Amino acid sequence: MTNKEYESYYVPDQSHWPIVGAVALFMIAFGAANYVTDLKNEQSGYGGYLLLAGIALVVYMLVGWFSDVIKESLSGKYSHQMDNSFRQGMSWFIFSEVMFFAAFFGALLYLRVFSVPWLGGAGNNAATGAVLWPDFVAQWPLLTTPDGTTTTSMGWFGLPLINTVLLLTSSITAHFAHTALIKNERKPLKIWLGITILLGVSFMGFQVLEYAHGYSEEMRLFLDSGVYGNTFYLLTGFHGMHVTLGCIMLIVMWFRILKGHFTPENHFAFQAASWYWHFVDVVWVMLFVFVYIL
Amino acid sequence: MTTNVIEQDSHDEHHDEHSHKMTGVKRWLYTTNHKDIGTLYLWFAFIMFLTGGALAMVIRAELFQPGLQLVEPDFFNQLTTVHGLVMVFGAIMPAFTGFANWMLPMMLGAPDMALPRMNNWSFWILPFAFAILLGSFFMESGAPNFGWTFYAPLSTTYSNGSTAFFVFAVHIMGISSIMGAINIVVTIMNMRAPGMTYMKMPLFVWTFFITAYLLIAVMPVLAGVVTMLLTDTYFGTSFFDAAGGGDPVMFQHIFWFFGHPEVYIMILPAFGIVSTIIPAFSRKKLFGYSSMVYATSSIALLSFIVWAHHMFTTGMPLFGELFFMYCTMLIAVPTGVKVFNWVATMWRGSLSFETPMLFSIAFVILFTIGGFSGLMLAMTPVDFQYHDTYFVVAHFHYVLVTGSLFSIYAGAYFWLPKWTGHMYNDSLSKWHFWCSLISVNLLFFPMHFLGLAGMPRRIPDYALQFADFNKWVSIGGFAFGLSQLIFLAVVIKCIRGGEKAPAKPWDGAIGLEWTVASPAPYHTFSTPPPQEDIDNADQHEH
Repeated sequence: MTNKEYESYYVPDQSHWPIVGAVALFMIAFGAANYVTDLKNEQSGYGGYLLLAGIALVVYMLVGWFSDVIKESLSGKYSHQMDNSFRQGMSWFIFSEVMFFAAFFGALLYLRVFSVPWLGGAGNNAATGAVLWPDFVAQWPLLTTPDGTTTTSMGWFGLPLINTVLLLTSSITAHFAHTALIKNERKPLKIWLGITILLGVSFMGFQVLEYAHGYSEEMRLFLDSGVYGNTFYLLTGFHGMHVTLGCIMLIVMWFRILKGHFTPENHFAFQAASWYWHFVDVVWVMLFVFVYIL
Repeated sequence: MTTNVIEQDSHDEHHDEHSHKMTGVKRWLYTTNHKDIGTLYLWFAFIMFLTGGALAMVIRAELFQPGLQLVEPDFFNQLTTVHGLVMVFGAIMPAFTGFANWMLPMMLGAPDMALPRMNNWSFWILPFAFAILLGSFFMESGAPNFGWTFYAPLSTTYSNGSTAFFVFAVHIMGISSIMGAINIVVTIMNMRAPGMTYMKMPLFVWTFFITAYLLIAVMPVLAGVVTMLLTDTYFGTSFFDAAGGGDPVMFQHIFWFFGHPEVYIMILPAFGIVSTIIPAFSRKKLFGYSSMVYATSSIALLSFIVWAHHMFTTGMPLFGELFFMYCTMLIAVPTGVKVFNWVATMWRGSLSFETPMLFSIAFVILFTIGGFSGLMLAMTPVDFQYHDTYFVVAHFHYVLVTGSLFSIYAGAYFWLPKWTGHMYNDSLSKWHFWCSLISVNLLFFPMHFLGLAGMPRRIPDYALQFADFNKWVSIGGFAFGLSQLIFLAVVIKCIRGGEKAPAKPWDGAIGLEWTVASPAPYHTFSTPPPQEDIDNADQHEH
């Protein structure tokens, strides 16, 4: 940095997108809060509509904001330093996502290592077991909760294993796409990225099948089936939402590539989407190990 | 303020393409300028401070004498809850983000924050979050009444129905903090002027750097725990319900994994501000710059392994209690390094006692008192007695009010000339200081005795033997509240006029921000500052 010629840093003009985004977030938050409150009180209200309108407004905002950024980028306003800001920003965003998942993995480990055994009387909690729920047997997966709710567990073989293979493969194809982009081979780039997107979409399809299977009369594995169901659905659910977001990013990248965007030197957006995709993949591997296998 | 700054700008010499600026409300809504956004953060923080303060006034009025006078117990709980949330997330944190926005680019010799549009977004979502939180006072459910720590099952099974509004408001605050923190980290890593190495950065920058890391690491954990709270309350999960295999204590573990780094998020920037001001009015370089950097980093790292000292009475295994006790006490070492360094900086300096320095010295002494009571609370067996008493309330108000808030005042007086172009009214500012200093001690010091005598916190009524102390505490509270209006008057006067401030009003101050005019031009450092200025801004002793 010290010895380099100074490049001017692009500070954008006023923009109306952030305030649009702020209003949209407010609509989402206020709408969702009203929606779940009404749901619980078994009332009907406007919350759901406000939530949907907020989501629509966020999408509108993101499209507008990003197209401004893309326009600026294509017109050559961004220096090398700007590119660095974007890269570092994206890395820290992914780190924050890691910490979000860490909260849920932490909860899973706490439940498995401490709270379920303690409820069964482990440690100095013999009285808890004997007085509160004498019939409770501590085990994981927790198929019978202390208050007697029963469920079944999701095995790792079958759909989860297929999904693991799909997602791992998609990380490799995403990497091939990136390599092709760096070598400026546009056709393999399109093909590899296309395959990545197809793998991602198939993953989501199988995930929906798995949920349908879980909610079937045969399995009776519900969101409220005790802490096993809680952790299963929240972890896989948040992961699924991130896969969806990652897929959308990749699809946008694919269309931008069709339009001839990105060069071997300058492709931050593609890089960011691909980082995000690898991150989603790593989370899945953790999920597969801690939620399904162990 | 608007007109003032615009007039000033027209005198400015530079006419690059971006100096064009909208006027009126659109300027503030659409702005990408770090100084505008810093101003917005600071005003928002002050408005929230007065709001949270108003809630505290009602609390102290109710506690003025024993018995229930003014408010229902449930409403009292809403007041304490929202007071805490507003002060933590609405006043202290945004105030520091405001400082970061105003000062970081100027101290680093950068043209602006690294991601200016996102900067705007992270500010403007905050007022909406607080609109939801404060709006819940006027809803059917009432405002959150489960304490700012929102322990399950108070916030789940026994919630008054405000949980969803609370959760989504906190989500927005978290998004705002994370975006703000990412912007700070990227600005510091990527926007330093050529020649400004990490160890040449002002300590102010270092503390915000480390704070921003803490924010990125723990705000998502807060998002995670409020999400579990939401599903427990509305979708039948049992994370915090033993009947389904969960554990209410797990809530406390996850919450305090966020919560303890959070308290350092609210004090590390204060260290940075004080480390800027004490050298300036001691006319010496900061004593032990490098050790300050390492001490700050150590405090940040330790903050991740001390969380369960908030939970000594929950019946943790003995090993846990010992581990968290010793780790907590370890924090006293780097904190002691800092206090020692501030005192050593003043040692044999040619001191003068301008208002920023008065607030800084008060900070050092009173924050240390808060640190000592923290050390007492860190001892597990002793904490069994202190837990959930007014001793805890006294402790964290000493670190948050006479710590964080006093540093904010110190910083505000220090940089007001740079922000507004005018000197503040000196005698009024001293009135503000002395009134605040006396009343704040009257307000919080007797709380130690109340706590040691066994008065529980978060209670609208109390036993008769606590009546005298509570009366004095309330009088101190009202006096402290009123004293803050003096600050408002000082700031408004300072914006509207006053003695013209030179580029560097404090003869002992160092830093790049003093190389630009007062008020700072709308755009500064479109080209990086010369190496000589960067060397002069170095805080190391030579």
